[in-house]
Amino acid sequence: MKFGVVIFPGSNCDYDTYFVLKDVLDQETTFLWHKEHTLHSVDCVVLPGGFSYGDYLRSGAIAKFSPLMQEVKEFADKGGLVLGICNGFQVLLELELLPGAMLRNKNLKFLCQHVHLRTENTHTPFTNRVQKGDVLKIPIAHFDGNYFVEPEALNMIKQNDQIIFRYCEPDGQLTERANVNGSMDCIAGLMNTGGNVLGMMPHPERASETILGSEDGRIIFESIIHSL
Amino acid sequence: MKVRVLVSFKDSVLDPQGQTVKNALHTLGYREVKDIRQGKVFEIELEGISIEEADRIIPEISDKVLANPIIEKFEYQIIE
Repeated sequence: MKFGVVIFPGSNCDYDTYFVLKDVLDQETTFLWHKEHTLHSVDCVVLPGGFSYGDYLRSGAIAKFSPLMQEVKEFADKGGLVLGICNGFQVLLELELLPGAMLRNKNLKFLCQHVHLRTENTHTPFTNRVQKGDVLKIPIAHFDGNYFVEPEALNMIKQNDQIIFRYCEPDGQLTERANVNGSMDCIAGLMNTGGNVLGMMPHPERASETILGSEDGRIIFESIIHSL
Repeated sequence: MKVRVLVSFKDSVLDPQGQTVKNALHTLGYREVKDIRQGKVFEIELEGISIEEADRIIPEISDKVLANPIIEKFEYQIIE
């Protein structure tokens, strides 16, 4: 299976993501430059974290107009697997591949810490190796992760089982304290209706080796590999 | 021609930054400040088009790029 990791000016988790896919998981992996017009026949596109275009205007707002993202949109529309991590999630929202938008964190602070995520849907290419309800410990690092969507759209999201991860306590309980950035319905990870595009604020590539304090993130990449 | 576009959060969206500024003003004693909504201002210079064309293009630009319609609204005025 071949992964493509997108690089925008300002991406800063591109090499971490590449390292996990290539060296930890031993998968064929290539970088995709934002100005390119081809995805080089990859099976899965990963939009990494960072500050694409310096977060100018809004997080992810400028990245959506890059030539490569038009290819990514077409790829996703045809059912290709796309994983957006942190800034990658914000780009997917701006691109309208996922519903909703991000607001500044409720406490107006940049949050850089480990959080716990309850897995809500395991019938996906991104979570098929996880048990429903399993709690994963994965770090976040963002300013704009306070997920917002209009109530009617949220109902649709719930009906379609599109919420994949929710911020929770270590035992899986949903509390206001655990919902660190104030996201609507504690949403940390969200999938499209087609089931091939996932956006998540936490960074699984930063939790894929024991030495980094958690390897819970690796199971997401392993699920993708298993699905193909 | 110069156009000023104001982008701000929709009324249904909380604006914690505006709230924080309001609280700071209250601390300074400006108790009469009831609410603050923070936004962004864009000044756009246009050339070679009529006012009618500007009235078509500016909402298009605002909707497509300057504002995210899910959380933000915009208004504009032609200032020069």
